[in-house]
Amino acid sequence: MSSLLPLFIAVPLGAAFFIPLVSLALKRVPDLLANAVMLALAALACLAIGQTGEYVPGGWGAHLGAALRLDGLTVLMLIIINTIGLAMAIFSVQYMTRYTSKLRYYSIFLCMVAGLNGIALTGDLFSLYIFMEIVAISSYALVAFGCEHDELEAAFKYAVLGTVASAFILIGIALLYAMLGTLNMVEAAARIAAGGINRPLTMALGLFICGFGLKAALVPFHAWLPDAHPSAPAPVSAILSGVVIKTAGIYVLARLVFNVFSIQLVPDMLLILRTLGLVSMVAGGILSLGQWDMKRLLAYSSISQIGYIVVGLGLGTPLGLVGALFHMLNHSVFKSLLFLNAGAVEYATGSRDLKSLGGLWRNMPFTANISLVGSMSISGIPPFNGFWSKLIIVLACLESGHPWLALAAVAMSLATLAALLKMQKHAFYNDHKPASALAAEVPFLMRAAMILLAVLCVLIALLVLAGFRNPYLIGPAADALRAWGGAG
Amino acid sequence: MEYALCMVLIAVGLYGAVVKKNVVKIVISLVIIEFGINALLVLIGYRAAGCAPVLNPGMTVATFTAGAVDPLPQAMVMTAIVINLGLLILMVALCIRLYERFGTFDITEMRRLKG
Repeated sequence: MSSLLPLFIAVPLGAAFFIPLVSLALKRVPDLLANAVMLALAALACLAIGQTGEYVPGGWGAHLGAALRLDGLTVLMLIIINTIGLAMAIFSVQYMTRYTSKLRYYSIFLCMVAGLNGIALTGDLFSLYIFMEIVAISSYALVAFGCEHDELEAAFKYAVLGTVASAFILIGIALLYAMLGTLNMVEAAARIAAGGINRPLTMALGLFICGFGLKAALVPFHAWLPDAHPSAPAPVSAILSGVVIKTAGIYVLARLVFNVFSIQLVPDMLLILRTLGLVSMVAGGILSLGQWDMKRLLAYSSISQIGYIVVGLGLGTPLGLVGALFHMLNHSVFKSLLFLNAGAVEYATGSRDLKSLGGLWRNMPFTANISLVGSMSISGIPPFNGFWSKLIIVLACLESGHPWLALAAVAMSLATLAALLKMQKHAFYNDHKPASALAAEVPFLMRAAMILLAVLCVLIALLVLAGFRNPYLIGPAADALRAWGGAG
Repeated sequence: MEYALCMVLIAVGLYGAVVKKNVVKIVISLVIIEFGINALLVLIGYRAAGCAPVLNPGMTVATFTAGAVDPLPQAMVMTAIVINLGLLILMVALCIRLYERFGTFDITEMRRLKG
């Protein structure tokens, strides 16, 4: 498996380069090539389950070459990125015909997937910065893809804040290099464990929290997200909300806080994470209730769910980590599904304003039912996956002696339910409003992508059959967070 | 002292990005931040009276490590400059599109979205 690791980055980058070239002659090639690439990557990610390995390019050894590492957490991230990416590629085939330049879209999209895979795989701090910038630049371009007033304004806001975040992260990396003399994460962890924490390292950690907090849209840093995510085309909103804020924000933050700086050396970190998580959870949940734009409601609810994940991480207990990572997997699936539903409604009616929509269940029964699956998952209704991860997080809060956090998590789960019910009622069921007569069910491939994600919502719930403490796929990922560095 | 100057440069860029209303000036401020960081990176690899990190013929590895400055930050700065160039091009293109749509560079007049 180790020798296959570069393929996760090389294949989408290569395809991104070839799509504009070959599609000059053949019109159907971009669709086919992008879907084939995503299918291959998803299969490769499934092959990587349960494996570990390291790939060191060049002949310089792991401490100098920019190594790619594979462990339990990386496998989880690769599966999230490539599965959701596959669903988005399928959805895009018909949805993106509304926009002018499909081949440019696929090209930027595949660049973004390459960057995301790179973030998950790399074991080197500076490569991490490079991959993060690849993701950031492609996502600014994708948010601006419609080139209308809202898109451009949102993309500019996103680009300014994202650049400042990247600058903070680069200063943090520079400080880390100045103090430790290495960019390799495993070596940096060993040197921090040997030498302890000093002031510049604490400052680097603070810069990382600001930078990655902004990338993950935790609440004091969240202002760009409710503008940027709704403005993008639906599949891009879905991958931004479902994958990018987790990979470029939460995953890297967890990797740095738990693995590179071990949590025993900076115990206050957990308190900071819990506070940020709690504030995001509550503020996002309350703000989502007041929204009338379908995608903006979902974007605020993303902030709330990110709060759950960070609270789980901030508990620092094994059960908390399992809950956080499980919720990360679940949220990527159901939030992508809900954004695709919003995209389908927009595709059929041309509007996503909840005040003007209504009664769509007659015209679009399929989308209405699938949307119900997504809404029940995110609100934590028992048979679906969202229930189990929220239950684990609440149990972990109680177990580690934070009853108020548990109470807040339950209350915000109710707020999520209320917000999503509002969306269901005003978009699909409100019979008092006349249904748009022109609206018709969306084409087959868009429905196929939604079915794929809805089935995953049900199947992922089965992962808990292996037990709360160590579910299949999630347990190894949580172990990886506590495995190396000072914690060792 | 030099480190403080880098931080001043970064702070000037941050100030500009927060305070300025013209989108082009905001982009310039962001570029100033990046330049400050690049200077900081080069400074981290600097050693007083060091030579260029090139292994000349006839030079042993021991004299190289004793005399040369750290080459790794320089490689990082090269990469960072290329990344920033890509970002700069994208942001300037965004500014042009914004001007086409809104007819102004003033960010306070582009307020269709509420954060």
